[in-house]
Amino acid sequence: MGVRQLGARVHRVEDEALIRGQGNYVDDIKLPGMLHAAFLRADQAHAMIRSIDVDQARAMAGVHAVLTWADLPAPLQAQMVQTYPSPALVQDLRPTPLARDEVNHVGQCVAMVIADSRAIAEDALALIGVDYDTLPVVVDIRKAAEPGSPTAHKGAPDNIAARLPARWGDVNAAFDAAHATVQIADWHHRGGCHSMETRGVIAQMVPATDEITVWSSTQCPYLIRRALAWQFGLPETQIRVIAPDVGGGFGPKAGFYVEEIMVMEAARRLRRPVKWIEDRREHFVATNGQRDSYWALEAAVDTEGRITAVRGQAIGDQGAFTPYGLLLPFTMVAPLPGPYAIRNMDVELLVVHTNTTPNTPVRGAGRPNAAYAMERLIEAVARQTGLAPDEVRRRNFVPRDAFPYETGAKNRTGAPVVYDSGDFQGCLSKAMDLADVAGFAQRQQAARAQGRHIGIGFSSCIEDTGNPPYEGATVRVDASGTVFVETGAASQGQGHRTVIAQVVADELGVAFEDVRVVLGDTARFPQGAGTVASRVGVNVGTATHAAAGEVRTKAIALAAQILEIAEENLELADGAVRARDNANAFVTLADLATRLSPLVGGSVPAGFAPILSATSYAAPKGMPHASGSNIAEVEVDLGTGDVKVLRYSVAHDCGTMMNPMIVDGQIIGGVVHGIGNALFEQMIYDDAGQPQTTNYGEYLLPLATEMPHIDIVHQITPSPTNPLGLKGAGEGGTIPAAAAIVAAIENALAEFGVVIDRYPVTPERLCEMIDAGAAHHAAE
Amino acid sequence: MTDHRTIDLTVNGQRYSADVEPRTSLAELLRDKLDLTGTHVGCEHGVCGACTVLVDGDAVRACLMLAVQAAGREVMTAEGLAPSPEALHPVQAAFRNNHALQCGFCTPGMMMSVTAFLRDNPAPTETEVREAISGNICRCTGYQGIVAATLEAAAVLRGEIPAPPKQPKETAHGREATGRARSPR
Repeated sequence: MGVRQLGARVHRVEDEALIRGQGNYVDDIKLPGMLHAAFLRADQAHAMIRSIDVDQARAMAGVHAVLTWADLPAPLQAQMVQTYPSPALVQDLRPTPLARDEVNHVGQCVAMVIADSRAIAEDALALIGVDYDTLPVVVDIRKAAEPGSPTAHKGAPDNIAARLPARWGDVNAAFDAAHATVQIADWHHRGGCHSMETRGVIAQMVPATDEITVWSSTQCPYLIRRALAWQFGLPETQIRVIAPDVGGGFGPKAGFYVEEIMVMEAARRLRRPVKWIEDRREHFVATNGQRDSYWALEAAVDTEGRITAVRGQAIGDQGAFTPYGLLLPFTMVAPLPGPYAIRNMDVELLVVHTNTTPNTPVRGAGRPNAAYAMERLIEAVARQTGLAPDEVRRRNFVPRDAFPYETGAKNRTGAPVVYDSGDFQGCLSKAMDLADVAGFAQRQQAARAQGRHIGIGFSSCIEDTGNPPYEGATVRVDASGTVFVETGAASQGQGHRTVIAQVVADELGVAFEDVRVVLGDTARFPQGAGTVASRVGVNVGTATHAAAGEVRTKAIALAAQILEIAEENLELADGAVRARDNANAFVTLADLATRLSPLVGGSVPAGFAPILSATSYAAPKGMPHASGSNIAEVEVDLGTGDVKVLRYSVAHDCGTMMNPMIVDGQIIGGVVHGIGNALFEQMIYDDAGQPQTTNYGEYLLPLATEMPHIDIVHQITPSPTNPLGLKGAGEGGTIPAAAAIVAAIENALAEFGVVIDRYPVTPERLCEMIDAGAAHHAAE
Repeated sequence: MTDHRTIDLTVNGQRYSADVEPRTSLAELLRDKLDLTGTHVGCEHGVCGACTVLVDGDAVRACLMLAVQAAGREVMTAEGLAPSPEALHPVQAAFRNNHALQCGFCTPGMMMSVTAFLRDNPAPTETEVREAISGNICRCTGYQGIVAATLEAAAVLRGEIPAPPKQPKETAHGREATGRARSPR
């Protein structure tokens, strides 16, 4: 038996090509005769289009077509299809592929130019004249929620897209019996996608088969295939979608976009391949992001510092349209109790339209918001009771022996939210050891002696992962003995090919290098759901394990006939089925595969199909819940408001780890994303709906110099929902991070009574609060 | 409509002659005319660093340099780092060994910045490494693996440690159920 791969820090199979500069991203693909597209985008946040003049642009040399809404066939004059319909959606507003007569946010597609080169297409955009009638604009979500607010869409009754409740227990009775209450009122801002590769699409007609091939920098090729089929009224099988190497996804690349429709339309119309590559400014205004939410909550607290009930309201920005259903809003309320046992809850999320780029999930989706809200309440209880922050958490955690634990919440399908497993107390203790919390008082004292203000902050979270319905995989041994795995689970850097090969290598007793994984191509595997919500490892891991197990069973059954040895005395190792007690009795997988699929004149062994393969769509039974506790230690410069993260400690529980190197990478990248949310990233619009941050000088992403070294300790509580004990690991870094940073800043500034009410925490805002606290001190 | 210039330059040791518009960037020349798509374009305004290449040995943003400015110069891209199709440059090997890449899009530019930096500062501290790569944005990794890779590559280039084997010997056998990743401060 070879060494076990699953659970080892195996280097990634993906890396070799990428470090040699031989990746294959959408923009690296060149096709003969390919044309290039550019989009004219609305420069007004809300306006009616009086007229569009495209004559000069059409006449320009090198321009092949200029398209407006009026030029489109009927199916494309309709709204883009809703990929995630929901009965909770009271106003289902989606854009037409090109704006018909109203534009609702800066960046909305108004016209498309297709030309010999991108440069010519962009030159032609400047020749298109659009005459607008400006309409009232709404940007602020609290104003958008008020009756009588200007509406983001002309003629709409209001801006309400949905009202989503998190409601269980008897909140009134709990508040009546409360020993004390605490309140919070906070703005959250999550920021944009900012994958280093922008979006990109190529479409090419294949006349011989009447098919169309679409390459898209997407997380969900099967969703794109279905949406394009619906939009164009074509069978799915006529459309092949390929997600080649994708340079980061982070959520916004999971959705369906009008540019995908228009590039496919252009290729059909012109009978030539057409490429569109988003530029970075377009990414700011046309790629979905996740911006504001406002939370006003109140908690009832008993004499022991336990939260007995939470009530209040949240408002979430939906942006101008709803291209992605209510997936984001549902993830803001469904995980609301977090790791805490709260038996009574009444929180309503009001989802509102504004004249800004649509909002869809960004790494963590609404979970970082829900976690932040709960952590703010916990901190408020700590302030109110004088209990240590870790003690308040311990008193409120779901106990170790309570799993499976029903929180009271319902998920988007109406099913109860059940935590499968965990040990939240254990995770917090591990994080505290790692962060040397015991030594913090001394560190703080020493820092103060030098005139430095340092603080420590805690944050605990859960993450629902591995959600249904399925991912699938086919495992096939070919006549060379090489094992091929085909799956629908596209990758944007998570190392899917590596972890899948690890599972298969162990299950079939073959070398890791002898497993080849193909993914992200709808022509190579019939169906996939999508790479979102930390779900792929669990789903595809389970499916691959099951498929490889079936292949193993088939191989042993055939080998038993050939070797005339009972199945129970056979095992798979080193690429062969072997007798357990006789080193000389074996038959290789290559030999078995060859015998199963003879050429003309041969015969298939009785009882077998002529291929050594199996396909599985196995999925976890229930939702595996990852969990974690993070501890940040920061220093605040009182003079400049600068926040330096001194150390950052993570205790993380994602069950059995497929590849700890990859898990650590996911956690560290996720934490840095969350620190960026806490301190830097802000997509700003002015009152007219004009974006103010559309380059990386204005919109700040985390850089190496600002980021701390992140220490990680793993707790392993295997999930009972799947045979490998897996839980997702993609977002557990991001979810708790902002709350840990903010709590640490408050702790550093405790003497000024600073309570932070919004993130990102900018230096200006911090200086104002320090000054106000100092003035308050002086007055007393 | 647009005029063209013919320029000669050397890329990864190979001489090229190319016909370009004056407005063509060096990144576009490399990607579109010379088919060297390992140089990636992330922001086109000189901040993200994905397009970083070496021009006469210095790290340069290929999106901000015009192709005509590269006439007569020596350019090196990610494709030119490895000494052969079988071997890797120590920076490349260190990136793989330290999980310094996920999606891989920023990686070529990051490696070129690191290569130029290590030539000028062969024995950097962690703080110096972080400053050196602060002009390259990575959304995936949180930079920690890149910092570790840079320090490892520096040690290999100094000859202090041999290039690590392609895959460490460590396996799941005998590993504790609870792992702990912590580097010395």
